[in-house]
Amino acid sequence: MPNMNDILILLPELYLVVAACVLLLLDAFMTPARRGVLHWLSIGVLLIAMYLVVAGQPEQTVTAFNGMFVRDRVAEILKVFALLSTALVFVYARPYLIDRKLYVGEFYTLTIFAVIGIMLLVSAGNLLTVYLGLELLTLSSYALVALNRDSSLSSEAAIKYFVLGALASGMLLYGMSMVYGATGTLDLVQLHTAAVHNTMPNLLLFGLIFMIVGIGFKLGAAPFHMWIPDVYQGSPTAVTIFIGSAPKLAAFGMAYRLLESGMGDPSIAHHWQQMLAVLAVLSLAIGNLVAIVQTNLKRVLAYSTISHMGYLLLGLASANSEGYAAAMFYAISYALMGTAAFGVILALARAGFECEEVDDLKGLNQRSPWLAFLMLLVMFSLAGVPPMFGFFAKLMVLQAAVNAGMLWLAIVGAVFAIIGLYYYLRVVKVMYFDKPVEGTEHKPQADVSLRFVLSLNAFALLVMGFCWGPLLEWCKSAFAA
Amino acid sequence: MFNHFLLSLLIWLPVVGAIPVLLAGSARPNLARWTALLMAVLTFAVSLVLLMQFNADSPLKQFTEDYQWISALNVHYGLAVDGISVALILLTSFVGILVIIGAWDVIQDKPHQYMAAMLVLEGLMIGVFCATDALLFYAFFEAMLIPMFILIGVWGGPRRVYATLKFFIYTFLGSIFMLIGLIYLYNKAGGSFDLNTLAGLRLSMKEQSWLFFAFLFAFAVKVPMVPVHTWLPDAHVEAPTGGSVVLAAVMLKIGGYGFLRFSLPIVPDASEAYAWLVIGLSLLAVVYIGYIALVQEDMKKLVAYSSVAHMGFVTLGIFIAFMLVRSDNNLDAAKLGMQGAMVQMISHGFISGAMFSCIGVLYDRLHSRQIKDYGGVINVMPWFGFFYLFFAMANSGLPGTSGFVGEFMVILASFSANPWIALFAAFTLIIGAAYTLWMVKRVMWGEITNPHVAEMKDINGREAFVLIAFAAAVLVLGVWPQPLIHLMDASVTQLVQQLGNHKI
Repeated sequence: MPNMNDILILLPELYLVVAACVLLLLDAFMTPARRGVLHWLSIGVLLIAMYLVVAGQPEQTVTAFNGMFVRDRVAEILKVFALLSTALVFVYARPYLIDRKLYVGEFYTLTIFAVIGIMLLVSAGNLLTVYLGLELLTLSSYALVALNRDSSLSSEAAIKYFVLGALASGMLLYGMSMVYGATGTLDLVQLHTAAVHNTMPNLLLFGLIFMIVGIGFKLGAAPFHMWIPDVYQGSPTAVTIFIGSAPKLAAFGMAYRLLESGMGDPSIAHHWQQMLAVLAVLSLAIGNLVAIVQTNLKRVLAYSTISHMGYLLLGLASANSEGYAAAMFYAISYALMGTAAFGVILALARAGFECEEVDDLKGLNQRSPWLAFLMLLVMFSLAGVPPMFGFFAKLMVLQAAVNAGMLWLAIVGAVFAIIGLYYYLRVVKVMYFDKPVEGTEHKPQADVSLRFVLSLNAFALLVMGFCWGPLLEWCKSAFAA
Repeated sequence: MFNHFLLSLLIWLPVVGAIPVLLAGSARPNLARWTALLMAVLTFAVSLVLLMQFNADSPLKQFTEDYQWISALNVHYGLAVDGISVALILLTSFVGILVIIGAWDVIQDKPHQYMAAMLVLEGLMIGVFCATDALLFYAFFEAMLIPMFILIGVWGGPRRVYATLKFFIYTFLGSIFMLIGLIYLYNKAGGSFDLNTLAGLRLSMKEQSWLFFAFLFAFAVKVPMVPVHTWLPDAHVEAPTGGSVVLAAVMLKIGGYGFLRFSLPIVPDASEAYAWLVIGLSLLAVVYIGYIALVQEDMKKLVAYSSVAHMGFVTLGIFIAFMLVRSDNNLDAAKLGMQGAMVQMISHGFISGAMFSCIGVLYDRLHSRQIKDYGGVINVMPWFGFFYLFFAMANSGLPGTSGFVGEFMVILASFSANPWIALFAAFTLIIGAAYTLWMVKRVMWGEITNPHVAEMKDINGREAFVLIAFAAAVLVLGVWPQPLIHLMDASVTQLVQQLGNHKI
């Protein structure tokens, strides 16, 4: 029987569940003409949830439901940024959805349910909660990808995502069952000690490998990245922007819970450190090299995501508090950069014009200098050129890797940063150095909220390049104990 | 009065000043131009204040500003200058005005963006010369690639995209290994990016060697040294005139400055061990690149190669000092070499800036940089011919111009180390004269063969102003280099003394 205390700890999540149901009901009874109300309500719901997360944050780590649910600083930070980036997604997505007649209530409720999944996942204290959160997130995402049901590309992406996602979930579950078999516990805290003294180390190791496959899939790290380009390209951009931002925070949270909370003992950690290092190198290589030959902007960004997950893994593979802080810092910076990058695409797309080819940006500086400048900021941030936010995020993970004695990994990361530079510069080149193509004189979206928030988002990347200290300290405080 | 934020003012005045220039927009180009000029002049005025307040008799860093930037990482916003920095800052802000005047009505396409990029670039370059925190230095060092990338890419010549991508990736490639090196040093120092702390760190020879090559790669690309100079001719040829001027006059100096601030104090023993390599590459630049310059058909390319050759003197002067201090303990000669390198940096800034401005003047009239398209220009542009000849003479190291002073000092210092090195270095006086004067002969003298040349008009007041300013600087520095040498003397003396410190 849950007591009042458990309910209070779980308040933000419970509130979101109720709010999502209310939104669903409202949508059913509201005429499509009044959908704007729903839009702003959804954003309000997310912001209130953010307030509940921060305001109700206990001083000490607390658990609810016998350790199933953990509320600590790590969860707090990840939740805040997941909610924030989802609110950004809502703002950016509206004009796009209206243009494509996809402006429906499901988009909002499904996304909010996915966010609830993220919040459960990053707060998981038990293997079951991990799985529960993960399934809530992915099932909502499958439906979102297929939102544009008349598009064959979108359906194909959804099926691909579903099949591969189900496979990965199966792997994860299989791994969990082996870990349970080896240790006899599902609780992550107990697992931490039980894993050291278990009698079947091989079984445990096998379980670990399968769990890493699941994590690799969620992060989109090579060689489990196959779904990323197709899903990014096939989904409506308004959904791609969501998949590319908040779930990355969730994937980091999941990796942290499973690997550090569950398997964090140094005797086991050195196994997964090596595995993550391999995943990191592969992701950096595949992401950066394949992105060079892509002509579709969404695919370029998809491969760029893969490479960014490689950098994130650099921090995780360090397996110390500094490395986790760096990886979380990286995940946050990536979520902000990803929303801004897709935000610009959404701002440029019009009815009948997706703006998803790199060439669609040709001469953007002539047509719309402001958006071109915002995209310039985003691209240099993604490329990791100072003084942008992205550089300092890279600096932190490289520093963590050097500090953990993996100098070679840091050098690999540096080399691929140079290679990756090329395709980000190419986007800038197309916008600034090329002449606009005749007949593509599309005017960007005039939606005021989109333009305003997108400008804030992109400029945040520049401003954070100057004052990244507080955020870094916040991240570090989460792992200080 | 406002000494405690003078350096910040110097850095951020042009950077922030770029915002109103951008806001003026393409609809009001003249407003953008005048605002940009105002900002550049103000920056120069502030740098003059810096010069006047600066105490050249003290080797200490002055105008120190030190704030915690990122306390979680112990990164500081640390700025300070010594004599060397002050000289380079003056050069930067001086050239900053001239490139804006030089581009006045030459840049018709989006002049507000051009001017804003120039101002941002200027501020960031000044930042490089002030930073005392390695991470801050790195941030400025890399950030200035962004405006330069845009400058070459938007306002450049036909192959501008290739050139600007090559420029950006090449330079980034060089410096990212320095970043890894800096992170390594940061961890080694127990969490500090402060350059003084890093300089006091004890490092084994193996560590020093790795770090030395990381630094060498970063700064060799920037200088540029043979064999990583290949981006420079492309970037120069394709860049707009102002871009070339800034690139040659200031950006290349950052490479030389980096050697002084990083390689010498942090890894002195490895620098000594590999001084032969740097000296060898410098001589290669002086002699071999001189010959390459001789056969160029494109004026800008010719001057670009001559830049590589002249910058060879800078690296030669810096590293010859090592040989002199460590093997012969000849401090006076070492100081001479180091001073020569510094004077050469400043002087090359003026001369190469002037040469590129001259070529810009010709290009604006005929839209060609090919030597063969010209000939007999002096007949229609006598005033211009005078300046062109003067700067060509300076470029080939004529005594009485600034080009002579630095080279002569470096050659003298090399002579004390090894007469053979001096002999090779002195080749430049012949080769330099050959390629520069031969270009003058083909462009200026002879009959007018191209009918378009006959229609060219002599320089207008704006162009004359730019060229007179450069000429005055070259001449003053040539006949009276003492103030410049005095400005840097205390800092150079201290630097030379530090060279003797073993760190193993």
